[in-house]
Amino acid sequence: MQRAGLDPETIEEREMLVDGDAERERFYGSPTIRVDGRDIAAPETNPIGLTCRVYRLRDGRISALPDPADVADALRAAIEGGDER
Amino acid sequence: MSEIGAPAPALELRDTGGELRALPEPESAPATVVVWTCNHCPYALAWHGRIVDAARDYGDRGVRFLAVNSNDSDRYPADSPEAMRERVERENWPFPYLWDETQEAARAWGARVTPHLFVLDRDRRLAYEGAPDADHRDPSQNAAWLRAALDAVLAGSEPEPPSTEPVGCSVKWKS
Repeated sequence: MQRAGLDPETIEEREMLVDGDAERERFYGSPTIRVDGRDIAAPETNPIGLTCRVYRLRDGRISALPDPADVADALRAAIEGGDER
Repeated sequence: MSEIGAPAPALELRDTGGELRALPEPESAPATVVVWTCNHCPYALAWHGRIVDAARDYGDRGVRFLAVNSNDSDRYPADSPEAMRERVERENWPFPYLWDETQEAARAWGARVTPHLFVLDRDRRLAYEGAPDADHRDPSQNAAWLRAALDAVLAGSEPEPPSTEPVGCSVKWKS
């Protein structure tokens, strides 16, 4: 976020404690990252629920974390107000 | 789970073909790997190929591999026995995939996450437990910790280190 000129202090963390939380928030697993309410990645096959989220890195590898480039792109799109995601 | 050097708990579970698999087995293997895993966890999925490669590489040396899924399939349908069977067939697994429906095996062994590996020696004593290697996102790690543990056991020595911190998704316990 700092690289994008944003303040990391503005990150809001929400803890999903029970299945109802996940359903209400349409939570596709941990971590789910939203920028201005928009998920930084398509949920693909991830189900809604209290679980770990499967991400695909840009080279195709499976990861428990998103590709940093996807996070950067999401931040950039939000800053620019673009709608290309 | 038992401490390093202690006998591993018995295991008796059915695989995706309905066959009963047990530890101790009638014919002892020079080393046995029991890995707790599942179908939906990114860590388990990322490391799976490396564990399969190790199973194939060490298979001709008599090393036995067993995979166990203990997750609550009511809350996590991706881990149902049907999904397990589909995956084994689709991916042509080289080792049995066992369903721990009651979760008793996971409790007895102390499985905490997926994947969580346990390497046993010829006498079925725990020689190594932990992660396959240092980074689920780096295929070049090639399950180095697992392979080093197996090399040590097959050479009649003790793995160093004998344990690492398993990294992955928590076992999904029934409420």
